[in-house]
Amino acid sequence: MTVLSVSNLSKAFGGVKAVQDVAFSVAAGELLALIGPNGAGKSTCFNMLNGQLRPDSGIVNLLGRSLVGMKPRDIWRLGVGRTFQITATFNSMTVRENIQMALLSHHNALLSLWKSANEMYLDEAMVLLDRVGMADQSERPCGILAYGDIKRVELAIALANQPKLLLMDEPTAGMAPNERVNLMALTARLARQDNIAVLFTEHDMDVVFAQADRIIVLNRGRLIAEGSPMEVRANPEVQAVYLGSGVTYAGGH
Amino acid sequence: MLANIVIQFMNGLAGASSLFLVAAGLSIIFGVSRIVNFAHGSLYMLGVYLAYMLVEFFGRSSIFGFWGGVLMAALCVGLIGVVIEIVVLRRIYRAPELFQLLATFALVLVIKDAALYIWGAEDLVGPRAAGLRGAVEILGKRFPQYDLALIAIGPVVLGLLWLLMNRTRWGTLVRAATQDREMVGALGVNQSGLFTGVFFLGAFLAGLGGAVQLPREPAQLALDITVISDAFVVVVVGGMGSIGGAFLAALLIAQAKAFCIGIGDVSIFGTVFSFSKFTLVVEFVIMAVVLVVRPWGLLGKQQGTQRGTFMVEPPLYPLNRNFWLAVLAVVVLLGLVPFGGDGYLLVLLIDIAVFALFAVTLHFLMGPSGMVSFGHAAYFGLGCYGAALALLKLKLPMELALFAAPLAGGLGALVFGWFCVRLSGVYLAMLTLAFAQIAWSVIYQWDAFTGGSNGLVGLWPSEWLKDRTVFYAFALLLCIGGILFLWRVVHAPFGYALRAGRDSALRADAIGINVRRFQWFGFTLAGTFAGLAGGLFAFSKGSISPETLAVPRSVDGLVMVLLGGVQTLTGPVAGAAVFTWLQDSIARNTEYWRAILGLTILVIVLAFPQGIAGFTKQVATRIGVMRREAA
Repeated sequence: MTVLSVSNLSKAFGGVKAVQDVAFSVAAGELLALIGPNGAGKSTCFNMLNGQLRPDSGIVNLLGRSLVGMKPRDIWRLGVGRTFQITATFNSMTVRENIQMALLSHHNALLSLWKSANEMYLDEAMVLLDRVGMADQSERPCGILAYGDIKRVELAIALANQPKLLLMDEPTAGMAPNERVNLMALTARLARQDNIAVLFTEHDMDVVFAQADRIIVLNRGRLIAEGSPMEVRANPEVQAVYLGSGVTYAGGH
Repeated sequence: MLANIVIQFMNGLAGASSLFLVAAGLSIIFGVSRIVNFAHGSLYMLGVYLAYMLVEFFGRSSIFGFWGGVLMAALCVGLIGVVIEIVVLRRIYRAPELFQLLATFALVLVIKDAALYIWGAEDLVGPRAAGLRGAVEILGKRFPQYDLALIAIGPVVLGLLWLLMNRTRWGTLVRAATQDREMVGALGVNQSGLFTGVFFLGAFLAGLGGAVQLPREPAQLALDITVISDAFVVVVVGGMGSIGGAFLAALLIAQAKAFCIGIGDVSIFGTVFSFSKFTLVVEFVIMAVVLVVRPWGLLGKQQGTQRGTFMVEPPLYPLNRNFWLAVLAVVVLLGLVPFGGDGYLLVLLIDIAVFALFAVTLHFLMGPSGMVSFGHAAYFGLGCYGAALALLKLKLPMELALFAAPLAGGLGALVFGWFCVRLSGVYLAMLTLAFAQIAWSVIYQWDAFTGGSNGLVGLWPSEWLKDRTVFYAFALLLCIGGILFLWRVVHAPFGYALRAGRDSALRADAIGINVRRFQWFGFTLAGTFAGLAGGLFAFSKGSISPETLAVPRSVDGLVMVLLGGVQTLTGPVAGAAVFTWLQDSIARNTEYWRAILGLTILVIVLAFPQGIAGFTKQVATRIGVMRREAA
């Protein structure tokens, strides 16, 4: 089943065409990696999906519903979880409270002035932390965690609204090599269990080829390849982009 | 008509120069050190006083005597700036922003009393400038020669500053540090030297701005606060750290003021509007408009994020049984006071209770919501006037009139807050100050309705509350109730949502929280309870004046919260108690209570950068750790 479908997506900043005519789709339970060299337009593409940027043209549909022009917080309410390249968590709260925060928002319980937030959706929060392997650190302040652990907390936050789609911007940036593969393996396991579609950008090719079901490659704003890891690895244009044949910049498209 | 317009325009230009000098100094200091120097107005004031003294000393009748005195005064102020930087500010560059603010405010208090000691409380009228005593004729109107000289000073200093910033190595370093001071440090530049130099320059400009005003306005002790709020407005309108922006904003504001005076009274639809009264608010109106349209000021840019200087707040601990037992103990203790203490103690305790509630509402904004308000007294004062007017004009019984207090405070916060939550950080703080100033001047000038500067009298509680002990119990009940309610809210999902927005607006938005709307509601809630505190204050005093919502009251609130520690829940209550008690007991014994208060604050800031409650908590944790390790 297709969860996210994108077509004709374009965005220009002044004269720079950051993303041109990009189209792809992600199915439930599938991990789709979006790769490409620096400046290829990955982040721009990503930010148009999560509502940070408004596309100049194109269609972004989540289960048949258009996301174009919606605010990030409204997109989240439709079931889109996000993790950030540079982690963003609530540092003055404990790990568990971070998850409870997302649950409170998911259950529309934020306007209460009287109940003790600390005791709400406690069990649900612990189940989520258990799933990402952070249950034993639930009472620690989020501000003092190791970086890899914060990434796991972010994953649990992203899972709190039972998302249909996970958008992960460079999920393993800044992590140690073996931690990277572990985190994405965990993500893949959870996504398949819950039938969540996952779209992630990534620089680490080990992670990409180990975990992605499918890969799309962006270069200078255009999609240049799409397929299974094997197919993408064998694609000469991709090889040229990554290894540099000299043709890329001389010849254009 | 044309001649009038030209003269007003020239008046505006003359007024702009001095304003620009002060604002440019403030802006340069902020750009590099990220310190909002509350004492900048005090440096200006020192400039006026020192110029008065030095011009007398060098001889007021010679050109050299006058300009030499002015320049020497500016240099002296620059050196005072250096001393301040080395003795106080250098020690707190890494402390939280708010602590720096508190320290510079302590300096305001100390400098004011020093000036009072040296020059006395009388206004000192300065001499006219030697050689420029006459007037020139412009389109048939007389215009003072000295004002022509002032018009020239602004652009000349702007040009010199431009050369200094763009054509010298030192200026390049200052510009680099304004963008990223840590990178400048990492490149091997001696930061302390640079900071001291910048502080000298900023203080020198403030002193010069004051000194050149000597022939136009007398030296007086109230200059510090009026000038600092003007300078804040200019810097914010122009854009923090932008010298050109400061010049533009100074021109804009000085022109607006000059024209308001020039227009005078205008009759519209039979009602007479006095534009000259509008001068008190016009700059704040301009600021409010500019900030809503261009949040970083006319020529300002969004500030880069700072690295590594902020403290991460520890998680909030749930309100457990021990906490409620402690609250109960305090309530019982306070309940016993009427049986042992004298009447005076009751009055002091009512004050403390009212200000504790006020401080807790301010902390609710500054702590969990992450919004610093420089104008929180507005909601306190609106509460005062809401209750007073309901009693006197609507003839409501006192119990109902008291309801009008939180209503008025809350409504004010609802309207002002809508604008304020669109900004953040220092800009937000400035906008709150602007709104407080607007509310103040409306109340100050609306003689027929609010009693103007005389205020309102005859606000006595109902018969059953006339007895002081009963009123004490009544006020205590409402204040403690309000405080506990707000603490409860901090622990409730609503308070958590506010903290989430403060910790990471990006993440909060990504989990479906409308941060701005929560901030707006939070702002309104805080304003509502500040209004309640104001209403109780009005009925405990029997009379109110515009002082209740003036800048010093807002600053009192800030001092209370910061003294207690912004990172703790109970801190503001401790801060309010200590501050109110100190103010009361020192003020009764010495004329120089401000200096003593200021020095106390400085000692506290330098010794306990986390506030009183933060410090005791730290000690308690340390003892706890030692015990655990011993066991």
